[in-house]
Amino acid sequence: MGVEAAAAASLQEVINWARKNSVWPVTFGLACCALEMMVASSSTYDIARFGSEVFRPSPRQTDLMIVAGTVTKKMAPMLKRIYEQMPEPKWVIAYGACACSGGIFQTYNVVQGVDQIIPVDVYVPGCPPRPEGLLKGIITLQEKIAAEPAGQRNLVSLPWGNNG
Amino acid sequence: MAKCMAGDLLKETFPEAVRDIEEFRRETSITIDAGKIREVMTFLKENEKLCYDLLLDLAGVDFDDRSPRFMIAYLLHSTKFNNKLRIKTTVAEGASLDTVSDIWIAADWMEREVYDLFGIIFNNHPYLRRILLPEDFVGHPLRKDFPVKGPDFGQPLQVCLEEER
Ligand code: SF4
Repeated sequence: MGVEAAAAASLQEVINWARKNSVWPVTFGLACCALEMMVASSSTYDIARFGSEVFRPSPRQTDLMIVAGTVTKKMAPMLKRIYEQMPEPKWVIAYGACACSGGIFQTYNVVQGVDQIIPVDVYVPGCPPRPEGLLKGIITLQEKIAAEPAGQRNLVSLPWGNNG
Repeated sequence: MAKCMAGDLLKETFPEAVRDIEEFRRETSITIDAGKIREVMTFLKENEKLCYDLLLDLAGVDFDDRSPRFMIAYLLHSTKFNNKLRIKTTVAEGASLDTVSDIWIAADWMEREVYDLFGIIFNNHPYLRRILLPEDFVGHPLRKDFPVKGPDFGQPLQVCLEEER
């Protein structure tokens, strides 16, 4: 490995480290699962330990969308718009059976899995998953972010021509 | 709770409109001819012996195999006498019913809901459009012949934002 490639890789590691430890979710809850998500930020479960306690009311300031609950077809355009409003880099956790696959609602009005509308990084199954499930999901996401190779996202230009 | 006089009074005043009166566990249900619904409802609200001034609920029922197919049930409450009354009326498929939203303002959204889910038209309703389902939804899902999973179950969902069109 050349010196420059090694420098790029280690700089990418620093970037990933910074990103993974401040994954700010957007305040976005759809159904019963949202209550478990809220509980995850209480002192008992303390999502702040993972740098994700800052639920931002504006999608412009967030990195993560936790799709917590049932996505109805009426809500789908709004969900997609909020996702599009989030700046890169952004990730998505599908939290709960409903967001993963439609769950118990095999009906005319429910989207059968939010991955039909937006790309999902981590699936957390359960109805509802316990807050520990969300924490596990965030840890999994952090591992995924930490492993992102250089050049995956065109956000940071590194001086020797690579993108981070 | 005083005994509800509605059955007797309605029979007296609208003998041709009252189809049936049922009593079950001190609950009264009166079936009314659909054409007379506005007169009967105005009477129930304004007669000082009845004073049904509150519309608690308005719901549709689809009896797939009956004719007329649909039933609309109105649950009324009298805050003065603390009485409750159930009024029923039937609507055939494709027929319409007069609105009661000017008698009880609460009926406005309830009638929209019945329209949304059963496709029953309420004449003279101020703003009859879908209330729960998206505007572009096709069909009326609480009808018994509507497939529960929807006609397009299993197809990939297309969501287009305005700016992408
Ligand atoms: S997965 Fe269960 S708890 Fe979560 S939104 Fe769906 S029905 Fe509610």
